[in-house]
Amino acid sequence: MNSDLMFFILAGVILVFSVLTVTTRRILRAAVYLLFVLISTAGLYFMLNYNFLAAVQLTVYAGGIVVLIIFSILLTSHISERAVVANWKQSLLSALAIVAGATLTLISVFRFSFTASPEPAAPSGVKDIGAALISYGENGYALPFEVVSILLLAAMIGAIIVARKEKIKVDEKDLK
Amino acid sequence: MTGTIPLQFFLVISTLMFFIGVFGFLTRRNLITMLMSIELILNSVNINFVAFNKYLFPQHLSGHFFSLIIIAVAAAEAAVAIAIIINIYRNFKSIDVDKVDEMKY
Repeated sequence: MNSDLMFFILAGVILVFSVLTVTTRRILRAAVYLLFVLISTAGLYFMLNYNFLAAVQLTVYAGGIVVLIIFSILLTSHISERAVVANWKQSLLSALAIVAGATLTLISVFRFSFTASPEPAAPSGVKDIGAALISYGENGYALPFEVVSILLLAAMIGAIIVARKEKIKVDEKDLK
Repeated sequence: MTGTIPLQFFLVISTLMFFIGVFGFLTRRNLITMLMSIELILNSVNINFVAFNKYLFPQHLSGHFFSLIIIAVAAAEAAVAIAIIINIYRNFKSIDVDKVDEMKY
């Protein structure tokens, strides 16, 4: 009962702040609402007993990405700047499209009967996850782990190159 | 731990969150808020993976690791996107998609 109540609180927070994230006119507030959504999602992961995933969600998403977004907001716009919204026709059409899409998805979700598996849950402590990430046998995830490490490294180098300021070229003659 | 919450409740949350993100992506005109909508979408997909993993295949950890990798990809995507946005701001002095149209033609 307690866990049920917690689920509904988290669900309510997620939905309310998701809507606020995409509708508020102030960009900085949208970033803070996004932070609340991500933290509540970490709460859902805690409820499902995936503690390591919840910790990663908190550090990478709530700690890393939101801070990155807030920094870039401060670099590119004024704090009190109001976002430009789409005209009402476009908003109406988008709202119709997403209502149709959500209805379709929800209908198919409720028509399918999911049967929960009675098997015992696999251990998901930090030690088990670490062992699975470096093992390459059955239930090992060494390859995706290495691939995503290289992707992250390449993306970081690419981001530095793209965001770097172009150096003003100075002729060597001028220096002499 | 999950109590009496059925799997469908998680799917409903992630569906609604996904379509709210799509709505934001369609109506926003600022590149950073569009990026935030994409983060919402990625996050809703993560909830789906984790819930399916917990309810339908609790003996494996595949969905859990898939979510971990999606989080890493989202971090890489956010870093590159923000680098591009800052570069666009330097060149155009604005990050409104309506004003950034120099490569359009």
